[in-house]
Amino acid sequence: MNLNTYFMEATYLVASILFILSLKMMSHPETARRGMFLAEGGMFAAIIGTLVGTNIITWTWIIAGLALGSIIGGWMAVTVPMTAMPQRTALSHAFGALAAALVGIGEFVVHASEMGTVTRGALGFEVMLGALTTTGSLIAAGKLQGVIGGKPIQFRGQNAVNLVIFLGMVTSFFYFWAHPEVVVAFYTMLTLAFVFGVMLVIPIGSADMPVVMSLLNSYAGLAAAATGFVLGNNVLIIAGTLDGFSGFILSVLMCKAMNRSITNVLFGGFGSVIAEAATDTGGVMREISLDDAAMQLAFANRVVFVPGYGLATAQAQHAVRELAELLESRGVTVKYAIHPVAGRMPGHMNVLLAEANVPYSSLYEMEQINPEFPSTDVAVVIGANDVVNPDARDNPKSLIAGMPILEVDRAKSVIVLKRGQGRGFSGLENPLFYKPCTTMLYGDAKSSLSHLAQAVQHV
Amino acid sequence: MNPAVLIASVYVFALAAFLGYQVISRVPPLLHTPLMSATNAISGISLIGSLVLAGAAHYPLGAHILGFVAVTTATINVVGGFGITDRMLKMFGKRKTDAKLAAKEVSR
Repeated sequence: MNLNTYFMEATYLVASILFILSLKMMSHPETARRGMFLAEGGMFAAIIGTLVGTNIITWTWIIAGLALGSIIGGWMAVTVPMTAMPQRTALSHAFGALAAALVGIGEFVVHASEMGTVTRGALGFEVMLGALTTTGSLIAAGKLQGVIGGKPIQFRGQNAVNLVIFLGMVTSFFYFWAHPEVVVAFYTMLTLAFVFGVMLVIPIGSADMPVVMSLLNSYAGLAAAATGFVLGNNVLIIAGTLDGFSGFILSVLMCKAMNRSITNVLFGGFGSVIAEAATDTGGVMREISLDDAAMQLAFANRVVFVPGYGLATAQAQHAVRELAELLESRGVTVKYAIHPVAGRMPGHMNVLLAEANVPYSSLYEMEQINPEFPSTDVAVVIGANDVVNPDARDNPKSLIAGMPILEVDRAKSVIVLKRGQGRGFSGLENPLFYKPCTTMLYGDAKSSLSHLAQAVQHV
Repeated sequence: MNPAVLIASVYVFALAAFLGYQVISRVPPLLHTPLMSATNAISGISLIGSLVLAGAAHYPLGAHILGFVAVTTATINVVGGFGITDRMLKMFGKRKTDAKLAAKEVSR
């Protein structure tokens, strides 16, 4: 080892420590931002270390790639709106996984013959995981962006077809592992992995996206960790594992918040067979006028806003904050109740409300806010449906039975802001809408909220 | 890969997994979106593998081109990921000063 290699290894060690430290600082909003500067420093050090410590002869491709990537990445960082965060994140999972897969393919092209058994196994794993995450994430991004319909795409015998593809992929992986000289096995595995990624995500409905996003996050990280095994590079193993575990923890949390198992999310095809299962509760939905709603809010002591994906689609985060500030200036206590799976990715609602300048101290998690609903005068549900569906708690036959919900039906009165009378994404009937304490305010959430704010001013 | 290196790598993996679990389970749900975005940017470290592929000696042109694409996508993740994470965290951070201002106004 020469001096340059020692320098490179030192930067990797520094980068690893800084990455871990930055994630630790992520545990509080006050320190999180400083933590990210550390991670950026670590990344920069590792890149410089690599360029110094590796025997680089061709700079053209490196400089071109870094320049092009920085331009696109920088452009995305500045222009992507907060409402598009889920699809941006899905896209970045695709990019990360693609990079890992390409490095694996490159290593295969160059070093396949001289690799040991273990390295070859890691290489196969890396390429397989990287490839399926790439296409899977692209499909997820397409669904979130609305390029592909959000409804689950299903057909008869889908699980059987998927199983065949999966087995084919795994078989060619083992074949490649045992016989590295058979190039076809490697490329068959690669192709099947690309196809499997697509098949894995198309049957999953938009409402389950938080779990899918977390899983893809985890896969992308593990693919990077496998790259570390192939290259014998510890900082890659560490960073990839951190990413993989973070995604894994998030998917477990998301599944818990829906009371479903990961297999059920992946192979259950939620939200497609449900239409006939909905029972007719026979009640009537009562509509409320803007003025009455404004009156209720203005004379309440405690108001809780419950945002859902509808808030994101209507881009109503600023409107809700304006209404909340008006109410607060009249002495109303305003809180926000955030369900873990509200929206399309973990923490989606928090980011949107933060963008609108809502202080994070008034955002409450489910466990914190649920005991407070009985003493709440008005709960305002904005574009949320399943996360406030009392059937999950009361009706053991419901398809979402056992899913923890925000218990808004325990509030003294509930105003539901909804676009129309139709059912939500899951197609489930929501008995909340028929309760005597509930009134409906139809219309686009954003305009409803700003009209409410005007009406409150005139009360 | 010789056995000693393999064992060392498995150690690193296991310890990183353990540490990751400890550290990440402390991140509040409030910050889950920035967390995902941040870990994504961090795993853009596969950039260093891509750099080798794109420019190291004794690699054929095909590998350099694969490397170029990998460098590009990894850089998009690093630059875009850190940029967006910072934008989000800035929104969560500015609150404190707002709250202080509000408190001042109330006390006045």
